[in-house]
Amino acid sequence: MGKRQNNTAWLLVLPVLILVAFSAVIPLMTVVNYAFNDTFGNNQFFWNGWGWFEEMVRSERLHAALGRQVLFTGCILIIEVPLGIVVALNMPKKGFWASVCLVLMALPLLIPFNVVGTIWQIFCRVDIGLLGRATAALGIDYNYTNDPFDAWVTLIVMDVWHWTSLVALLCYAGLRSIPEAYYQAARIDQANRWDVFRYIELPKLSGVLLIAVLLRFIDSFMIYTEPFVVTGGGPGNSTTFLSIDLVKMAIGQFDLGPAAAFSLMYFLIILLISWVFYTVMITIDPQEGR
Amino acid sequence: MAQITLSNLAHSYGSNGLHEEDFALKAMNHVWQDGGSYALLGPSGCGKTTLLNIISGLVTPSQGRVLFDDIDVTHVPTEKRNIAQVFQFPVVYDTLTVRENLAFPLKNRGLTASAIDARVVLIAEMIGLMATLDTQARGLTPDAKQKISLGRGLVRESVNAILFDEPLTVIDPLLKWELRAQLKALHRQFGHTMIYVTHDQTEALTFAEQVVMLHEGRVVQMGTPEALFETPEHTFVGHFIGSPGMNLLDAEIADNHALIAGYSVPLGARYATLAGRTQIGIRPEYIEFSADKGLPVQIQRIDDVGHRRIVRAEAAGCAIAVSLAEGTALDATMTHVQFVPEKINVYADDWRVQGKVV
Repeated sequence: MGKRQNNTAWLLVLPVLILVAFSAVIPLMTVVNYAFNDTFGNNQFFWNGWGWFEEMVRSERLHAALGRQVLFTGCILIIEVPLGIVVALNMPKKGFWASVCLVLMALPLLIPFNVVGTIWQIFCRVDIGLLGRATAALGIDYNYTNDPFDAWVTLIVMDVWHWTSLVALLCYAGLRSIPEAYYQAARIDQANRWDVFRYIELPKLSGVLLIAVLLRFIDSFMIYTEPFVVTGGGPGNSTTFLSIDLVKMAIGQFDLGPAAAFSLMYFLIILLISWVFYTVMITIDPQEGR
Repeated sequence: MAQITLSNLAHSYGSNGLHEEDFALKAMNHVWQDGGSYALLGPSGCGKTTLLNIISGLVTPSQGRVLFDDIDVTHVPTEKRNIAQVFQFPVVYDTLTVRENLAFPLKNRGLTASAIDARVVLIAEMIGLMATLDTQARGLTPDAKQKISLGRGLVRESVNAILFDEPLTVIDPLLKWELRAQLKALHRQFGHTMIYVTHDQTEALTFAEQVVMLHEGRVVQMGTPEALFETPEHTFVGHFIGSPGMNLLDAEIADNHALIAGYSVPLGARYATLAGRTQIGIRPEYIEFSADKGLPVQIQRIDDVGHRRIVRAEAAGCAIAVSLAEGTALDATMTHVQFVPEKINVYADDWRVQGKVV
């Protein structure tokens, strides 16, 4: 029966639309605008087409930053994921110590990023830092301000300290959700500890591990504050990761066009990899078949 | 395969269990025959899972001993008891194939590859898993997964006992019948000692040769399904088994008659004078309607359950249920009920009293 469609309800969506426009769409479009134009100030823009993109794709500076970024993210994933699993496997299952562990593990996650940077910046200083002084006293040649290798080690250790808890807590939750019957069945089948891990725990953890890897990937790929506070991207450019380089380019040098093109590509890379993760997660889940 | 002996066994989850009420499982002595099939039947919280866990070694009893044949295994851990267990929900190794799942317990026990293969194929054929032998277990249906759990128990030839902890809970009703029939066939073929925990009387009565009826941590009766039906040793058994359960009526027992609210009901045996609360128990199946003989009755409701009709009525002030076979006539002239004397059980303080058959 000719029921008239009432479209006034769409008006209720309007506030959200405006909010999202101001918080995301308009800023993003500004960046897009910068990426395709050149300006010499005075708010005068000249069309530059794909020029900045072509320049950035060929830029050795960007290649180097991307390389460092991939290396950094790779390193912390390789360390944090297995370490997080090991920690989760060894945490007490219940009682007083389980709570103590959970609180202690959650602490690093609650510290603001720049505070984490400051803590490690001071902790590792050769003149007043506990670690710096200790290594000096032991005769180890360590100085993160002038040795690229030491700077890398410092940043990786800091990130591991900061974020392994996240992986461990996710895995801990995943492990707790495995019914006791699985362990009983394994005992009856005389499975050894490694088999229990490989055939029961790891398959049951695959879901949370994917989330953990995804979160750690996105976070570490966008890391800015901590290395900025600790090393400022140095020594030289050795710890200049993508975000740091981007900020240097956009605000330091005021090269808005290239920086905008750079940030759009950066955004697309993260989007692409997250999409791949998401697809993998979705295709694994239905196979559970419960 | 082994004979299982429970010697003075009791368990309390509390600290010491000074009082009898603290015991989840009260002291019991039982011998379960090698190759028998037993069902532990009872409502939730009656202690049947505790008893199963004591046999499997997951719980150490606070008193008494468990023996497999003549070996004391009370303190032997689960993995050394050589038992198999099938849990409430399917427990399979998700990433392994069906074949690898079945082979897993044998591989861990160091059998040769050819021996493992032969045994796995034999078991897979028996339980109907041949078609999916090389598919990954995680993609299968719950009943196929439960078959794998079962298969992992059967695959070990020398297993002492196979324990089932309400294994058909997650299975579709239709497949329940099939799996139950298959279990029975497997039991006949292999002769493993099987212990089956359930709260479902149909499952227990169709599966087991011997049903162990638990009530508040006590074994109130152990016997064949027929014995549980015909001569329940405790009013609880009478009430729990059967659908509907046994009718229990307060009565005075005088020799070979029971007096219910002034009416005399003939019994099938002679009884001595009984102390305490005396009752008679009669199955709904053994009550007949008549025009003028027996207890006067008022019919309240008739439920048609397909092959039978269940009549809810009031006889001499007590609510009773009568189960009528198909085709039995029932009309307004039938104002009385009669009990089949030989089928009446007499209870004193809830326990059955054996009368002297004339």
